[in-house]
Amino acid sequence: MLKWAIIIVAALICVALFMNLWRLIQGPSIQDRILALDTMYINSIALIILYGINVGTGLYFEAALLIAMLGFVSTSALCKYLLRGDLIE
Amino acid sequence: MFPAKESRFLPMPFHSLLLFIVWLLLNNTLAFGHILLALFFAWAIPKLVSMLKHGHPTIKKPWLALRYALLVMKDILVANIEVALIVLGPLNKIHPSFIAIPLDIKSDLGVTLFASTISLTPGTVSTEISEDRKWLYVHALHMDDPEQMIKEAKERYEVPLKEILGC
Amino acid sequence: MEFWLESLVAIVLVIGGVFLLIGSIGLVRLPDIYTRLHGPTKATTLGIAGLLLASSVVSSFAEGSISIHEWLITLFLLITAPVSANMIAKTALHHGLPAIERTKGQELMEQANRQAPPTGMTTSLESDAKDKQP
Repeated sequence: MLKWAIIIVAALICVALFMNLWRLIQGPSIQDRILALDTMYINSIALIILYGINVGTGLYFEAALLIAMLGFVSTSALCKYLLRGDLIE
Repeated sequence: MFPAKESRFLPMPFHSLLLFIVWLLLNNTLAFGHILLALFFAWAIPKLVSMLKHGHPTIKKPWLALRYALLVMKDILVANIEVALIVLGPLNKIHPSFIAIPLDIKSDLGVTLFASTISLTPGTVSTEISEDRKWLYVHALHMDDPEQMIKEAKERYEVPLKEILGC
Repeated sequence: MEFWLESLVAIVLVIGGVFLLIGSIGLVRLPDIYTRLHGPTKATTLGIAGLLLASSVVSSFAEGSISIHEWLITLFLLITAPVSANMIAKTALHHGLPAIERTKGQELMEQANRQAPPTGMTTSLESDAKDKQP
């Protein structure tokens, strides 16, 4: 039962990732693209955690945590750059 | 337990507690050695960085803070279901709106917590704050009655936050 | 693992996945950048929380000891999601991106970008109230 749930959720997340990709390519403004990228980070964290459940190790936790941190930092760096035209003032 | 004058031994008690918990969570263990190491970090790091900061925010009522956290958790759950229904439903019926919420809270931490709570709960995202810190600009996904919403947000989140931070 | 616990974990997993998908559907479907912010910031936080809860229960059973370090990611996302949403909204206002036409209170966008207090706020509220009465 858990195996089936994992397969279903993986399919859902893949669909979500393709939707984000569509917004990333289509997005009329650059802010839309940043938002799509941010959502993609979160969806990939979910995919990694799902794989961790599937193979039954806790090793992937660190990878997920790193993606979460780098995703936040890169989102705020991109926004800061768009706001000021400069990262370090 | 929470002295008004900050002690020299533990300058930031809540940061110490947070560091202790996060260190144990990161290592996912309750082994004696790690507890010892966590205690050392929780004591040493705040002591090192406390001189970089002016005016530490203090939490006056920790139990109220816990209740506030539970309230926000519940509201996040409700908000998610509401937003999910709006997203999946017909989109030409929603009425998005910009509103300005007057702020009574003054401290940095208070404003940050209030804005974050607004972002996480029912159908609103905080966008910008005015320079004099008296107004918070909020974008709402679906808005029928702005005044009612402002009143509710202030009563539900700002009043307890003010009480917790004591300002 | 016992059957009821396994089915509970499976249900939590599927709920989390559905919320993640809803967040992304919101990103695609909603009409302008300001409304699009709502989907990902809220729905994905809960989706990730569901997945991590399931992961925490499964690994607790696999290792035979309680494993709660997954909650660190949930906590981190809970803190950062509103901040990044706020930064994106700020940038959108700064670039003067248009909101869809039926958005109310559009005069506030320009004042928000200047970080000025809203000048016509009380009057606009009063006029709204007047519009509603008849």
